[in-house]
Amino acid sequence: MFEFSYLKANSLSEAAAFVAAHPDAKLLAGGMTLLPTLKQRLAQPSHLVDVGRLPELGGIELKAGRLAIGAATRHHDVATSAVVRNAIPALAYLASHIGDPQVRNCGTLGGSVANNDPAADYPAAVLALDAIIVTTQREIAAADFFQGMFATALEAGEIIVRVLFPVPKRAAYEKFPHPASGYAMAGAFVAEMATGVRVAVTGAGPGVFRWSEAESALAQNLNVAAVDKLTLEATDLNEDFHATREYRANLAKVMTKRALQKMLATK
Amino acid sequence: MTKLELNVNGKLRIGEVEDRTLLADFLRDQLGLTGTHIGCDTSQCGCCTVHLDGRAIKSCTMLAVQASGAKVVTIEGLAKGDTLHPVQQAFSDCHGLQCGFCTPGMIMATAALLKDNPNPSDAEIYRGLEGNLCRCTGYINIVKAVKRAAQTS
Repeated sequence: MFEFSYLKANSLSEAAAFVAAHPDAKLLAGGMTLLPTLKQRLAQPSHLVDVGRLPELGGIELKAGRLAIGAATRHHDVATSAVVRNAIPALAYLASHIGDPQVRNCGTLGGSVANNDPAADYPAAVLALDAIIVTTQREIAAADFFQGMFATALEAGEIIVRVLFPVPKRAAYEKFPHPASGYAMAGAFVAEMATGVRVAVTGAGPGVFRWSEAESALAQNLNVAAVDKLTLEATDLNEDFHATREYRANLAKVMTKRALQKMLATK
Repeated sequence: MTKLELNVNGKLRIGEVEDRTLLADFLRDQLGLTGTHIGCDTSQCGCCTVHLDGRAIKSCTMLAVQASGAKVVTIEGLAKGDTLHPVQQAFSDCHGLQCGFCTPGMIMATAALLKDNPNPSDAEIYRGLEGNLCRCTGYINIVKAVKRAAQTS
């Protein structure tokens, strides 16, 4: 790691003011992506501002049909929260399948969403559930938030405070994890909302995206066969030594079908 | 340099580290607790697993300064005097190791797993130890040891 100065923030406003005044400072929450990045010397921040234990970024609360989860909430705490398991079991399931137990004890919701790794799990839930990302400055709709590989709508100095997840009628998440990293080679979050069924795919493309053809087909016929007939366009998907883009397109479809099957099996 | 103060294996330890010092390096180099191993140094293998405020974490992927004020338990903190912790005893009884390099991390991860789930199934053991790699055993005796520890804990 290159040298940096560590600063434990005492409050959210202190952290926000500090990162706004220091353009090369970075926020540290769980550190599950940031620290490995620094160890490989792929980044050289001047300061790390630790917001991982700020009480203002904690808390899980169900209010007016929306589940609010603080940005610094650990994956383990989302996975095991009775409130989350009751309101959106698919979200608890998703959180329980990120990385491994040690990673889930450190990694945070806000960190995952802000990093927007194209193979991360949380972005699929955030987009499929049409969640709202509440920051120190504003509220951002999921559709506007994710802007492709590692890119988001966050401005310099803007910090995610919590994510508001509308509670769906039912939902499910399925992924094909990379055997070594656990990241999604392809993952699909399917949610039945008041406005219809939404399908968000992660891992397959340069960033999380909605599979609109599947959503339209499911608006007509809410069953697995409706997706079976479709082919996900592979042109813009990722290709690497793990899988061709055509393979990923098919894998995304299989994960969508599995998630759908799981969702339809719940009342 | 930053001062830090943390409780390690029940004792208050005070140190001064470069901000970029990893918790694993602090434990090994400054406190001499070399039972915490660094295997891959990329948060894959879990050899460096310790408990931070009661939960398993990979100490190669946490800054020492992040742990300031916390309670850390390392492999050295499990036994009570000459009496091994039930998980240590079970790994010994079932020979849940070959070279032994991954063993401290396996034991710390197992102790944390059994705290959450005192009677895990095979599938739950596989999932619970997903963050720990053993390159020798094929895991058969490790899983046996976890089951034995579940019975004896």
